[in-house]
Amino acid sequence: MAYPTDRKYTKQHEWIQSNGSSATVGITDHAQESLGDIVFVELPKVGAELAAGKAFGTVESVKAVSDLYAPASGTVTEVNQNLATSPEAVNKDAHASWMMKITLKNPKELDALLSAADYEKYVAEEGGH
Amino acid sequence: MSSVESTPATATPAVRKTALNAVHRQMGAKMVDFNGWDMPVEYPASIGCGIINEHMAVRTGVGIFDVSHMGDIRLAGPQALNAVQHISMNDASRLAVGQAQYSALLYPRGTFVDDVIVHRLGEDEYLLVINAGTREKDFNWVRDNTREFDCAVENLSDDFTQIAIQGPRAVDLLQKMTDVDLSTVKFYWVTQGNIVLNNKSMRRYLGNTLIARTGYTAEDGFEIYVPSDEPTSAWVWNRILEVGKEFGVVPCGLGARNTLRLEGKLPLYGHEISDTINVWEAGLDRFCKMEKPEFVGHAALEKARAAGLKRTLVGLEMTERGIARDGYKVLDSTGSEIGYVTSGSPAPFLKKNIALAYVPPEFAAEGTALKIEVRGQSVGAKVVPTPFYKRPKKAA
Repeated sequence: MAYPTDRKYTKQHEWIQSNGSSATVGITDHAQESLGDIVFVELPKVGAELAAGKAFGTVESVKAVSDLYAPASGTVTEVNQNLATSPEAVNKDAHASWMMKITLKNPKELDALLSAADYEKYVAEEGGH
Repeated sequence: MSSVESTPATATPAVRKTALNAVHRQMGAKMVDFNGWDMPVEYPASIGCGIINEHMAVRTGVGIFDVSHMGDIRLAGPQALNAVQHISMNDASRLAVGQAQYSALLYPRGTFVDDVIVHRLGEDEYLLVINAGTREKDFNWVRDNTREFDCAVENLSDDFTQIAIQGPRAVDLLQKMTDVDLSTVKFYWVTQGNIVLNNKSMRRYLGNTLIARTGYTAEDGFEIYVPSDEPTSAWVWNRILEVGKEFGVVPCGLGARNTLRLEGKLPLYGHEISDTINVWEAGLDRFCKMEKPEFVGHAALEKARAAGLKRTLVGLEMTERGIARDGYKVLDSTGSEIGYVTSGSPAPFLKKNIALAYVPPEFAAEGTALKIEVRGQSVGAKVVPTPFYKRPKKAA
């Protein structure tokens, strides 16, 4: 899997694509593959405040429940409503199936996140599980 | 994102592998530790798998499972029947040679050592098929409790690669690989026959292979017991996949095995049954023959029946958005905790979120509205009839 270079990644397997002071957040292809068939995505409400590294929602596959962690601090401006009815879209294309858009509190927070190449390396080192 | 598996891993010194381990890995299966066994949980989407596809294949076509981690105990000798009658709750004297029954091994207090399938292989020969996580415990328990009988007890758990072929097309698939007329093997009967493994370059027979019409999917199907050496095991597994192509066969992992058995309300040890749950609570009355004069657990079950039920196993369906998972609390309509979920999951065929739970009998009536505590929130559920899924009756 080639990870898009237009965004940053976290060790908790989220991606964040920023555009100045706003950003779009989703989970990585590696995450969707580890989870298996995704059946439920629970996202925050518009207006919710996120703190970097803190849980903001959950994603459930047939087998498992996983927390979603905010890659950066900010305020939720939009959530992907399609995922309420078609959560399997994340399995089909995780890097296109965004989960929410946020206004960044501090865009500099993204500097500490992983590049596509570093994330790919991290996933490879973490091992096939 | 951090993943929390809903099935807790049990700490064991060394991870055990079935003879098909390398085959699963080669196919790209996602492997998990299941009761100390390195087992496939699902196969990759790139070959048409994943829990939902695997589950649907078994409901509508055919799927195969490596269930070699299951254990096998053979009891043979003049008093084999007496021994089996003493240690199991069902009535093995009703079994004809070649017949099998669902049963359980109980502790003196009427709770579960394990659930088992008892196969009568010969006049004085029985095979108990037991769970992976309880193999050693079961064998020791069976040996210790049958010492007074003239009957040999053997642990054959490592001798077999056990492959389950499950689904409405399982019979068509397996018929292409055996000279046994499978139409004569009824559900919960077992026979021995040849598995024919010929392909273009080679012709092989596996003689005297145990072929049982059993399974853990609430679907028609077979379980075959082949020698556990790696080459033979891989050969059989791959031949089934090859022969089964025309029926759309897929390999299935423990993920689908769990959702399939849950839809059919088939109990899982450590969940619906355990050493703290008794037969009446688990609702397995019809497999427990109290008219038998004696078996381990009989006296305690008499008492428990007279005392009445404190909790009972019910089927639940979520009525609001949310998925009940193993161990979640069950609340009454006022929010008081009344029980817990033993198994909960999305049901891929039924397309509902379902669960099994222990609750007091006064909450067990069909339609009773309850709540499940899902990560701090109360989510609506109701009691529904079980099994959630029943396979359609065949005209044949």
